[in-house]
Amino acid sequence: MANQIKITAEKDKQEVFITREFDYPRELVFKAHADPDLLIQWLGPDSRIIKIEKYDSRTGGSYRYFVCNQAGKPVAAFNGVIHEVTFPERIMQTFEFEGLPERGHVSLDTMLFEELPGNRTKLIIHSVFRSIEDKEGMMQSGVESGVNEGYVKLDNLLAKGI
Amino acid sequence: MKRDVFQALADPTRRAILILIAAQAMTPNALAENFNSSRQAVSKHIKILTECQLVKQEQSGREIYYHFNPKKMKEVADWLEPFRQMWEDRFSKLDKVLLTLKNKK
Repeated sequence: MANQIKITAEKDKQEVFITREFDYPRELVFKAHADPDLLIQWLGPDSRIIKIEKYDSRTGGSYRYFVCNQAGKPVAAFNGVIHEVTFPERIMQTFEFEGLPERGHVSLDTMLFEELPGNRTKLIIHSVFRSIEDKEGMMQSGVESGVNEGYVKLDNLLAKGI
Repeated sequence: MKRDVFQALADPTRRAILILIAAQAMTPNALAENFNSSRQAVSKHIKILTECQLVKQEQSGREIYYHFNPKKMKEVADWLEPFRQMWEDRFSKLDKVLLTLKNKK
C-alpha cells in the first residue's frame, strides 16, 4: 500500500503540517529536495514544466522558479530565500507566489527529514503563514492547480478526438 | 455567533465527542460520563456541533439521542481533497525519482 499523506490544517491556525513517509533512506529524500535537477522532476503537476531561474540550495541561498505550460510559457513564478540547509535533516526557507496583487504574502516552510527503521524516512513539512487568509489562499491554489490539471487531461482527450 | 464546521472541529473535546457518537448514538448522560468536564460544558460543545450540523438530535421515547452526521463530515474532507490530491501526485512522482536515484547507486 502506498504511504499515506497526513495533512493537519486547523481552521483557526496560521499553519499547515504535511507528513508523509518514504520507503527510501533519508539522505536520498533530502537530496531530492535540495538538488534542483531532481526537484524539477517531481514538484510540478503532470501538465506543467518547472523551469529554474536560480536555485542556490544552501544556508543563505535563494531560489526562483517558473511553472510553465507544455509550450514552455511561464504561468506562475515562485521565489524565496533559503534560511538553513542542514544535511540530511532540515531545510528552512521562505515561499512566495508572485501572482498575487501585492507582495508580502510569504510563508516560512520547514522540512524535517526523520530517519525511520528499515532505511525509511518521515518527512514533515511545516508551513507558517502571516494570516489565516494567506493559509487558505495557498490551500485554494492547490485546488486551482488540481482543476487546471483536470482541464488539461480533458484537452488531451479532446485532442485525441474521443 | 454561528460557528462553521472548521471551528467546531478545531476543539479536541468536540472531536472526541464525534468519535464517540460515530461509533453509536448516545444520550446526553451517557456521553457526559466519558468526560471529566461538567455536563454543562459537554452540552455546550454539543450545541456547537449541532449548530453546524455535525450532530443531529433524535427523540426516542423520553430520551434524546445524539447522532453523528457523516454527510457534513464529508463536506470537510471534500474541501481538503484537491490540496491532498496535489500532494499525492507530487509525492508519488518523488517516489519514482527516489527509486531511480537508489538504483543508480
